[in-house]
Amino acid sequence: MRLRKRLASIGLNVLAWLLSLVVLIPFVVIVLNSFKSDAEAKVLKLTLPEKFIFENYKIVYEQGHLGGSFFNSLLHSGASSLLLVFVVAFSAFTLSRNHSRLSKFLYFFLILGITLPLNYIPLMEVMKSMGMINSHVGMILLYTAMGIPISLFITYAFVSNIPKELDEAAIMDGCNGIKLFLRIIVPLLTSVLVTVFVLNFLSVWNEFTAPLYMLNTVEMWPMTLAVYNFFGQFSAQWNLVSADIVLTSLPVLIVFLIGQKYIVGGLTSGAVKG
Amino acid sequence: MNANKIYPWYFSSGAIALYLLFIVAPALLGIYYSFTDWNSYSSEKNFIGLEHFRTILAGDPTYLLFIKNTVLFTLVTSIAKTVLGLFLALLLVSGVKAANLHRMIIFSPQVLSFLIVGLVFKSLLDPNNGFVNVTLRSMGLDVLAQNWLGSLTWAMPSIMAVDTWKGMGYIMVLFIAGLLAIPRDYYEAASIDGAGFGQKLFRITIPMLMPTITIATVLNITYGLRVFDAVYVLTNGGPGNATDVINTAVYSSFAKGYWGLGSALSTILFVIMAILSFFIIRLMNRKVEY
Repeated sequence: MRLRKRLASIGLNVLAWLLSLVVLIPFVVIVLNSFKSDAEAKVLKLTLPEKFIFENYKIVYEQGHLGGSFFNSLLHSGASSLLLVFVVAFSAFTLSRNHSRLSKFLYFFLILGITLPLNYIPLMEVMKSMGMINSHVGMILLYTAMGIPISLFITYAFVSNIPKELDEAAIMDGCNGIKLFLRIIVPLLTSVLVTVFVLNFLSVWNEFTAPLYMLNTVEMWPMTLAVYNFFGQFSAQWNLVSADIVLTSLPVLIVFLIGQKYIVGGLTSGAVKG
Repeated sequence: MNANKIYPWYFSSGAIALYLLFIVAPALLGIYYSFTDWNSYSSEKNFIGLEHFRTILAGDPTYLLFIKNTVLFTLVTSIAKTVLGLFLALLLVSGVKAANLHRMIIFSPQVLSFLIVGLVFKSLLDPNNGFVNVTLRSMGLDVLAQNWLGSLTWAMPSIMAVDTWKGMGYIMVLFIAGLLAIPRDYYEAASIDGAGFGQKLFRITIPMLMPTITIATVLNITYGLRVFDAVYVLTNGGPGNATDVINTAVYSSFAKGYWGLGSALSTILFVIMAILSFFIIRLMNRKVEY
């Protein structure tokens, strides 16, 4: 009986590693190939490079518009996430505390956007009429709007769990709405606001469809479009394409490793008993 | 205490304004454009009624293929991600070593953009020198080597497989959270009564996980119906139109300048999603009692 249990445990561990390898191997192949010579990378194999060639990364950086597009991605992700945290904190607080019919309706209306698809063709028209095509401001506002539904959903539930007695006490002490919000509520919301920031940062960083429709000058491109374009030009040179993929994924993986707790927490909230 | 004074609704006006301008206005405008012949060749937008919808639903059969592909993609990936996600979650809570490390590895593709994942697999699935075929040939399994993304038979299943590979980690994480919330005493009581693994799984685990399964299904379906990046990057709808879905068709009608027709395709998707959303939002707000 004990032997059987040990064998089962070993079997499960082996199985877990096999499944992890299924996820890891594609990335390992790409990382290894990013250091190979052009000729060696012609065939994608899981072998160590004969000689590690770091030159690939330099070529990719210089020819892939990576510097400028890195800055664009950082600007779009950072600015829209900050703005999002502001507007969502304010609206989650008021909509969840004010139990009027209007606020209930507004909440449902806003979170409806979690599932509804964005209609890009008329969106272009709307943005054009405001002069926001090919503009950083336009992209930042668009990304903020896109992030509102899911972020509000996460934050709203969180505000509801803050006891209302706190508000009453603060008001007795002479706080008005704004003071109450800034001094009492915001500090209690810090962790969920970090979650909202990190989740939105990642999703904007990964966004491909919106820039495809809205940005048609190279100078405005985020990393996703720059990489896609690079692949179109160099698809025969897998060592370069691989280096490009590695460079683009690194910032996201770093954010993931730092913000892991917040990412998983945010993605699972609402899925499990509230 | 007057709630309207302390929590004035205009604290929400920033969010409401952005939402109306960038999400709601385009959605409404798009419905209007669906009834016009708006295109890049003339500056006029003439009202033409239901003509686009007739073309899509009863005229050109390729449009029905796009809708069929979208539904097929959604069904297959939803089922695959749910089954694999549940399997992985059960494996990782069964007491394997380094469970957190496995969880992180299997979840990691989820944080990368589909563009990156797509390009990785475009390289790996290359028919001549890609990793998959090279590996198969080196094992003497030449018969299994396929033109994964370029053949009518294999293109769609390949996209579905890549999408499942990317998305199963997220569903797994949801299930792990759900599994950890089930009280242990249920299993202890069942063990005392002599229940086996299968009985515990179907009598306790799956019924208790129903809320998580529901949410996972909702997420998978809404993602699947809106899919764009996965198809665009891997095959761009090809070969022919074999892997085109609604959103890639919207993009190609946009690129060709058929903006009214593209809007009509979007509107069809919008209507499907709006009906689904109504039920989804209700589910998301339902509190579950154990």
